[in-house]
Amino acid sequence: MAKVTIDGHNIEVPDGTTILQAARMIVDSKGYEGENIAPPTMCYYSKLKTSGGYCRTCIVKVTKGSEKDPRPMPKPVASCRTTVMDGMEVVNITSPEVLEARKGVVEFLLINHPLDCPICDQAGECHLQDLGYEHGLAKTRYDFKRRTFNMIDIGPFIKLHMTRCIMCFRCIKVADQLTNHRYQGMIFRGDASEISTYISKAIDNDFSGNVIDVCPVGALTDKTFRFKSRVWFTKPMDAHRNCTKCCGKVAIWLKGNEVLRVTARKNRWGEVDEWICNECRFEKKDATDWVIEKPTHIDRHSVISANHYESLASLKLDIGKQQKQLNKK
Amino acid sequence: MTLVEKLYLPAIFSGMLITFKHFFKKKVTIQYPEQTREFSKIYRGQHVLKRDEAGAERCTACGLCAVACPAEAITMIAAEREPGEEHLYREEKYAAKYEINMLRCIYCGDCEEACPKEAIFLTDRKVDSLYTRGELVYGKDILVEPVDKRVDVTKRETSKVAEFKAHKEFAHNKTFDKK
Repeated sequence: MAKVTIDGHNIEVPDGTTILQAARMIVDSKGYEGENIAPPTMCYYSKLKTSGGYCRTCIVKVTKGSEKDPRPMPKPVASCRTTVMDGMEVVNITSPEVLEARKGVVEFLLINHPLDCPICDQAGECHLQDLGYEHGLAKTRYDFKRRTFNMIDIGPFIKLHMTRCIMCFRCIKVADQLTNHRYQGMIFRGDASEISTYISKAIDNDFSGNVIDVCPVGALTDKTFRFKSRVWFTKPMDAHRNCTKCCGKVAIWLKGNEVLRVTARKNRWGEVDEWICNECRFEKKDATDWVIEKPTHIDRHSVISANHYESLASLKLDIGKQQKQLNKK
Repeated sequence: MTLVEKLYLPAIFSGMLITFKHFFKKKVTIQYPEQTREFSKIYRGQHVLKRDEAGAERCTACGLCAVACPAEAITMIAAEREPGEEHLYREEKYAAKYEINMLRCIYCGDCEEACPKEAIFLTDRKVDSLYTRGELVYGKDILVEPVDKRVDVTKRETSKVAEFKAHKEFAHNKTFDKK
């Protein structure tokens, strides 16, 4: 076990835990209230092995290496790949230096990213949008032409818009780890690198749709939802069905009684709880296919939660309880 | 009452004097349909959906006006631009249906402020008085400016907008996929 201090919060974690995981444990233990000291991530995904280490948005400063060797680490480190040591002291949001460095990282991520949020289906639930907003980067200093690509159809349901890709490798890892064959990969190098299916081979695996959920930006989008609605006009509901291929537990995004989109349920960190199959995701677009449980809780401070539907639902529950009590009397 | 007050005549004459003075004052009424009053520079009347210089619709159905609208007067349905429609719509997505309920609208101008594409503006035109509610839900046929009859909104462009236009490094001020 190792004792770590992150932004003044103490926690004891098993050896081999990364700084990022420790920070998330602190936030989890404190509940939804309190400040979010967990570093943002664009490429790290706890459900995918060997993810992380590419985007550098999770950088933190280690002010004390460990109890035995208290020297600070000379440069900011990627918290998703750095394991904790006993007595380690880390600063994230309390350090202006870290925030400044992260701002630089965000600026680099945005260099080739088009600012087409008004068109992009990911807008409203995009992690890069949040990151850009949090760091106040409305302007770009980049004068040169941004790289552009033609849109590629990956199979009948997924659209790849490489122009928006930030090279996080998450989708490649999904394709590697969730499916039996490797179809998807990175081709070319450096600035010219791009995600591709080999020889434009269509992904026809049952779980290929999960690449949409792991994509932190709008590079991989659902063709059945393309331009149907902005996400903040839809209402997410937890729903389930008996599926032979997957757990069948999903979030459906409703507009009226119409199911516009089906996604996997995501946790507080924007990560999928359980992977869902393509049949659930793309083919069950009727409200009668699903058993609706309750409105999805959206924890992130997001425009999606501006609908107030959740509090309204709980209000109705309260009124129902009160009425029952009155009837008893 | 005193004797002077009882006479009534002085009061009548002083009242008539006030009335008489108004004959020589400037008239406050105007003959409305023929004459119109000067509008304020920032008068907020009927909306217009602007086209760009080439005549393509600027609106990309991003939904920010609808989410900014305090009266929830704006609804829209987006559609994807087909190849060959580049001269009609500026971006790859456009508003297939765009409706403003003029009875709900409170003319606050928040939609104008929220618009990232400089597509919607409030103009100094007045909204017609009509007989049914349905007629007052304005669709794209009324809101989009005709190509040959542009609506001038230069007065409404604030210094902020002018500044924004001057800096072309704002990438979202350009079109992306003109191929």
